[in-house]
Amino acid sequence: MENILSQYQSVPDTKVAIWFKVGQIADFPENSGACIKYKTKQIAVFNFTRTGKWYASQNLCPHKMEMVLSLGMIGDKEGVPKVACPLHKKNFSLENGSNLSGDDLKIAVYPVKIENENVYIGFED
Amino acid sequence: MRKIIVVGNGMVGYKFCEKFINQDESKKFEITVFGEEPRPAYDRVHLSEFFENQDAKALEMAPAEWYKDNGINLIVDERVSEIDRNNKTITTAKDRGFSYDYLVLATGSSAFVPPIKGVEKEGVFVYRTIEDLEGMLAYASKIKTINPNAKAAVLGGGLLGLEAGKAVMDMGLEPHIIEFASKLMPRQLDSRSSQVLQLKLESIGLNIHLSKATNQILGNGVITGMEFGEDDILDVDMLVISAGIRPRDELGKTSGLEMGVRGGIVVDNKMKTSDDSIFAIGEVALYNQMIYGLVAPGYDMAGIAVDQILGEENLMADQIDMSTKLKLIGVDVASFGEPFMPASKGHSVIFENKTQHLYKRINVSLDGKKLLGGILIGDASDYNMLHQVFLNEMAIPEDAAQLILPASDGGSSFGSVLDLPDTAQVCSCESLTKGTICGSITEEGCNNLSEVIAQTKATTGCGGCKPMVVDLVNETLKSLGKEVKETVCEHFNYNRQELYDLVKINKVPNYNEALNLFGNGQGCEICKPVFASIFATITMETANRQPGIQDTNDRFLANIQRNGTYSVVPRVPGGEITPQQLIVLGEVAKKYDLYTKITGGQRIDLFGAQVHELPLIWKDLIDAGFESGHAYGKSLRTVKSCVGSTWCRYGMHESVTFAIEIEKRYRGLRSPHKFKGGVSGCIRECAEARGKDFGLIAVEGGWNLYVCGNGGATPKHAVLFAEQLDDKTVVKYLDRFLMYYIRTAGPLIRTAPWLDKLEGGIDYLRQVIIEDSIGIAEDLENEMKGLINKYECEWKQAIESPEIMKRFKHFVNSDDTDDTIEFVPMRDQKMPKAW
Ligand code: SRM
Ligand SMILES: Cc1cc2nc3c(=O)[nH]c(=O)nc-3n(C[C@H](O)[C@H](O)[C@H](O)COP(=O)(O)OP(=O)(O)OC[C@H]3O[C@@H](n4cnc5c(N)ncnc54)[C@H](O)[C@@H]3O)c2cc1C
Ligand code: SF4
Ligand code: FES
Repeated sequence: MENILSQYQSVPDTKVAIWFKVGQIADFPENSGACIKYKTKQIAVFNFTRTGKWYASQNLCPHKMEMVLSLGMIGDKEGVPKVACPLHKKNFSLENGSNLSGDDLKIAVYPVKIENENVYIGFED
Repeated sequence: MRKIIVVGNGMVGYKFCEKFINQDESKKFEITVFGEEPRPAYDRVHLSEFFENQDAKALEMAPAEWYKDNGINLIVDERVSEIDRNNKTITTAKDRGFSYDYLVLATGSSAFVPPIKGVEKEGVFVYRTIEDLEGMLAYASKIKTINPNAKAAVLGGGLLGLEAGKAVMDMGLEPHIIEFASKLMPRQLDSRSSQVLQLKLESIGLNIHLSKATNQILGNGVITGMEFGEDDILDVDMLVISAGIRPRDELGKTSGLEMGVRGGIVVDNKMKTSDDSIFAIGEVALYNQMIYGLVAPGYDMAGIAVDQILGEENLMADQIDMSTKLKLIGVDVASFGEPFMPASKGHSVIFENKTQHLYKRINVSLDGKKLLGGILIGDASDYNMLHQVFLNEMAIPEDAAQLILPASDGGSSFGSVLDLPDTAQVCSCESLTKGTICGSITEEGCNNLSEVIAQTKATTGCGGCKPMVVDLVNETLKSLGKEVKETVCEHFNYNRQELYDLVKINKVPNYNEALNLFGNGQGCEICKPVFASIFATITMETANRQPGIQDTNDRFLANIQRNGTYSVVPRVPGGEITPQQLIVLGEVAKKYDLYTKITGGQRIDLFGAQVHELPLIWKDLIDAGFESGHAYGKSLRTVKSCVGSTWCRYGMHESVTFAIEIEKRYRGLRSPHKFKGGVSGCIRECAEARGKDFGLIAVEGGWNLYVCGNGGATPKHAVLFAEQLDDKTVVKYLDRFLMYYIRTAGPLIRTAPWLDKLEGGIDYLRQVIIEDSIGIAEDLENEMKGLINKYECEWKQAIESPEIMKRFKHFVNSDDTDDTIEFVPMRDQKMPKAW
């Protein structure tokens, strides 16, 4: 399980080498998350329709190593966009992946780009 | 009319105006304000928010019209360049002259740029105004297109420097903090806490370089690096200087006011300069030989200057509190009083946990009676209380460690906020004492937090006092016997019942609109399901209409299990099931290799289905006549029954028949929490009806109806509500009872705790339901009937709609299934592989 986790590392905008197309805007439910596959990775993609913003993170919840984050409810905590894990409701910031509920668990986040209605996620390799 | 000229329209200059016009006497004056910046005063403390939205308007202290409406003549984009003290006039850079009776200098300060060789190069910025930020943003995006791995350094590891570090990180640049001292935030932190903070910041991605003196900035016209020692060079593409502030005291100097040796216009405790008609306030004023780089003392100074001009005798306090609390990049950092001090002055209690990036230190007087100061890193939740204990010199526990160690019972070691003295200053930005805040409720008649804020302006500055103000308001309301409003979450300032009414009365069509109308922000996992429940109980809409606001279980119409698979629970009303139905369940379970178990609710649960299998399984089940059991919803679960008079030798009535009728009546009905029923054929109570939200027990002459029981974590027996009822009356009372519960209960409150809180208790409930004391009985019944008539099986809806079916797929961009799910054998079935 640990090695499943280690493949997820945040990708800053500046380090993007590949913009991987994961579908069209309409493929993603509004104001919710959905999961995509890239090589061996599962990435949760979040469509904040209200603000027109998109976020992406690992789908794996680091708490119990389950592939569930895309199923969680989204929203914000004091303005920080977040997802709540569906299993035990730990809250993660979608801006930097930190755990807004306090402890040290953290998730990797990825840049999302929208071009001509297409949704792209940025990866380093 | 006498004339006041305010030079500088920053935070403090603005506050002067605000405080001034609030005084009746102010009508006798004419105020003119000059600001050098192109816009009216804005909230510099929250300047970094500009990076998020580039919305300068959102930062405004008040719009330009506010000045006009209040008779203030605001002139922006015009610097005052000269003062002629003899003639009491000023001249502006546009060569215009104005005369004054009183002059208020609120020119603030500018960023200090150390005299390092090369600071004039392109790509070097300071962090003080909106224009600075705009420049940084433009530059950052320019260098990123040339070099996607561009680096930015911040010169200075103080409060502001760290904030700037976060800003450049958010711009997508690799952040480096350069600090001359051997620790971060040298003015506020000791070395140990600085190390803890450093670890935390590094874990987030900030690169920190301590004990570095910068010799020169490298680059040919454009910055390319910084040189510290001979071979010590850091390549950077941008630099933000945050090395302290310098008062903008030019006007003081040129007009011959008394100045401090290292700058700043000297003022006394009346905020008067060496010229009786000239005041200086904010970051330009040198008071007690200090420039205070915080807004709170600046606001106090503004208040004193107002009072002095209007002839009141208020004076500036001798001691200025420099305590600070902030959230840096998600890390709590606070320091108050004397954060560090020699052992000869007091004792320190230190708690450090580097693995969790936690550090707490308090300094206690030698006699152990007073708190002198402290530092909190990682968790500053106790800051407000500790700060108050310090400010008010309150008694501390004999074992001072209790102040920072978590209390063993999870409670606070401080007692109630109401124990604070009335003079305790709670909101330092607005100088509000506990007395003022509580008085706004006890004397001015405020009824809730928002009214208190509107009345006093508490929490509107830095916001740090918010938790304490909330506590004070709640405790004061409680002490007056007033209801304390429990709001749903940070996005809605209403409780569930209010939201229910708002949605209903305004015919709000969906959650999005509700958020627009009554809420703020983007919502969360608390308010969304509350609204899902409210919409469902007003219109009977199923979880399929607004999937985005459903809890994960409702969104997938199945309970998510510990390994991310789901369970399938078809409804088996009253627990009655035919052999053929049992066979179908068995066949379906075999076909999809599902673990099966009889539940505690008299039905069968099939576990281990993957999301894409759910619709296939449900199609098979629905074809065989099953429907959703809503085992995932906050809704009716089961109405458990015993076999009753049809078979049992003691049975008094047909409990199974009645249980089936009731279960079918309320199936699919959403509510604040789940609810369950039970019907027993006699007082032997084999259906455990008294352990349910409603229970029926057959007796001579009809049914005894019990309400508000549950099992679970806090078991509660249901209470006898009415006796010897016939079938029709039972249904009538149940309709009314359930609808009343649905309308009034808080989120996730089951019937038992709801009854506990209901004023008047069970007697009142009987009056409302049986005697119709508040005249809503018919309403409740009609409403319930409307809902019942609209019932639809949401699983049937789902499998018949291609649009809804799209939801049941693990990947958007692939038909693959989740290959991380693993099962292991268990007895003759299977279970998820252990965590
Ligand atoms: C399957 C079952 C256990 C079993 O194997 O028998 C079960 C399983 C769960 N129960 Fe239960 N409860 C089951 C009968 C009960 C009973 C017995 C009963 O209904 O007579 C109780 C005590 C009676 C009661 O509710 O008052 C019960 C009290 C709870 C509670 C505590 C409620 C409370 O008020 O304290 C929870 C937690 C909650 O709902 O917040 C809970 C929550 C859960 C959840 C939904 C936890 C979760 O969110 O994942 C479990 C989900 C299982 C699943 O994935 O399907 N379950 N649960 C039973 C399903 C009944 C059904 O057919 O729908
Ligand atoms: C990024 C940042 C974060 C901060 N965070 C905090 C914090 O968390 N907590 C805290 O307490 N403080 C914080 N501060 C400090 C706080 O912003 C200042 O203490 C406060 O703004 C001082 O107010 P002021 O009115 O004295 O000065 P300023 O806000 O600087 O206003 C002075 C104004 O006068 C104008 N002016 C100057 N000379 C002239 C002239 N000759 N003619 C006309 N106009 C003139 C200037 O252009 C300026 O607009 C922060 C500051 C910054 C930059
Ligand atoms: S008792 Fe606990 S473990 Fe057992 S099913 Fe209910 S919630 Fe799950
Ligand atoms: S698995 Fe995500 S919070 Fe427990």
